[in-house]
Amino acid sequence: MPSAPVIGILKMPMGNLRSAYNAVYENGFDPMLLDKDGAFDDLSHLIVPGVGNFRAVMQHLEGEGLPARIKDFAASGRPVLGICVGMQLFAERGTESGETAGLGLVHGTVERLPAEEKSLVLPHVGWSTVTVHFDHPVTDGIKPGRDFYFVHSYALQTDNPEEALGETEYGAPFVSIVARDNVVGFQFHPEKSQSNGLKLIENFCRWDGRC
Amino acid sequence: MLKKRIIPIQLLLNGRLVKTRTFGDWRDVGDPVKSSAVYNSQNADELILLNIAREQRTIDMLRTVIEKVSQVSFMPMAMGGGIASADDAAELIRTGADKVVVNSCAYSDRAEITATAEQFGSQAVIVSIDARRDPDNRSFVLYSDCGRKLEGVPIKEHVERCIAAGAGEIMVQSIDRDGTMEGYDLDLVKEVMAVASVPVIAAGGSGNYSHLKDLFLQTGVSAAACGSLFNFSDSNPIRAKAFLTNHGLNFKVI
Repeated sequence: MPSAPVIGILKMPMGNLRSAYNAVYENGFDPMLLDKDGAFDDLSHLIVPGVGNFRAVMQHLEGEGLPARIKDFAASGRPVLGICVGMQLFAERGTESGETAGLGLVHGTVERLPAEEKSLVLPHVGWSTVTVHFDHPVTDGIKPGRDFYFVHSYALQTDNPEEALGETEYGAPFVSIVARDNVVGFQFHPEKSQSNGLKLIENFCRWDGRC
Repeated sequence: MLKKRIIPIQLLLNGRLVKTRTFGDWRDVGDPVKSSAVYNSQNADELILLNIAREQRTIDMLRTVIEKVSQVSFMPMAMGGGIASADDAAELIRTGADKVVVNSCAYSDRAEITATAEQFGSQAVIVSIDARRDPDNRSFVLYSDCGRKLEGVPIKEHVERCIAAGAGEIMVQSIDRDGTMEGYDLDLVKEVMAVASVPVIAAGGSGNYSHLKDLFLQTGVSAAACGSLFNFSDSNPIRAKAFLTNHGLNFKVI
């Protein structure tokens, strides 16, 4: 592991890599964009962004041979961050377009939000409150009850409350920040959540992966 | 409950920030990258950037601007004006936009809306509807092509067919009130609210915070788009939300 932070951002088939890149850069780091042939060994931190359909994105990763690279990176103890669908892929399984195995870096299943039963519209789009349940280096300095920007229809449900660092409610409570050892994930978009979002990204980039 | 939103709307002409009155008579008001950085520091909820050039309706200028704006502004951003195809929309989203704003194609080619909604989700498509009051002042008529082409379709029918095609939000703009700072056309907004099953953004006419209060409390819209209010006055999104919070409206907490 390099002595200074070297942040890698995994290239994904869809979505807005630029915004994640800019948010890391704004915090004073010069991130590397990498694909399956990228120099994972040179990185200190890995960010897995992503939008789209759980099953389609997972199939893309498998086609590229990326699940093993992400799992190996996580097993090395270096910090790994998933954003939106990137976080969802860390779960044990997803249910969008049929049950699909995830990377299994955190516990739980990604399920469709029960919003329609409550007459709420899906996708859940907009600023919603994240309740942080315990202290963690990545949420250091974030005041209680702050809002972050969400765009999603599926969310992580877990039976492991010790991994549910942040919780948000839309139709039902769901895990909006997951944390297990050196792995964290945000369901919202920190790169679109202004000062608090940038603070989370900075905390991640300065984190050594230990809790 | 989702929070109400205050959205600065920025008009672009040849890469500069401008402001119009009733869709004409534009004035230069600065640099869109600088103003977007200011709106970021003022915790605006979202930005809308629209190219109003009437010649060369391509996305080249928007693409240049979004690349720069996305380096200084960390909030959702919508871009429109001159998007001619779903490929154009995809290109802007890949470059840093979260949503695209379309208007003319909503009359002529709604398949473009559907294609973009299927690829990126309906939340990525805002259909903008420009309307003038009828001369008899009792009904509204719709215009496409930067307010130049009269469209015969009734407003309610148009809203419904845009939502059916995949629009995730409707932005309704009063051409008569644009840049006048006389207040939103609440009758127009109410007509759209009566049939819209998706979030509605109102634009055209904001001149002070009371106009925003009237808009939110009388119509129930999700968002207020403001141009002249922030371009020309000492007002900003922080003060606007402080005022509106006293009237029971909820905004995001930063």
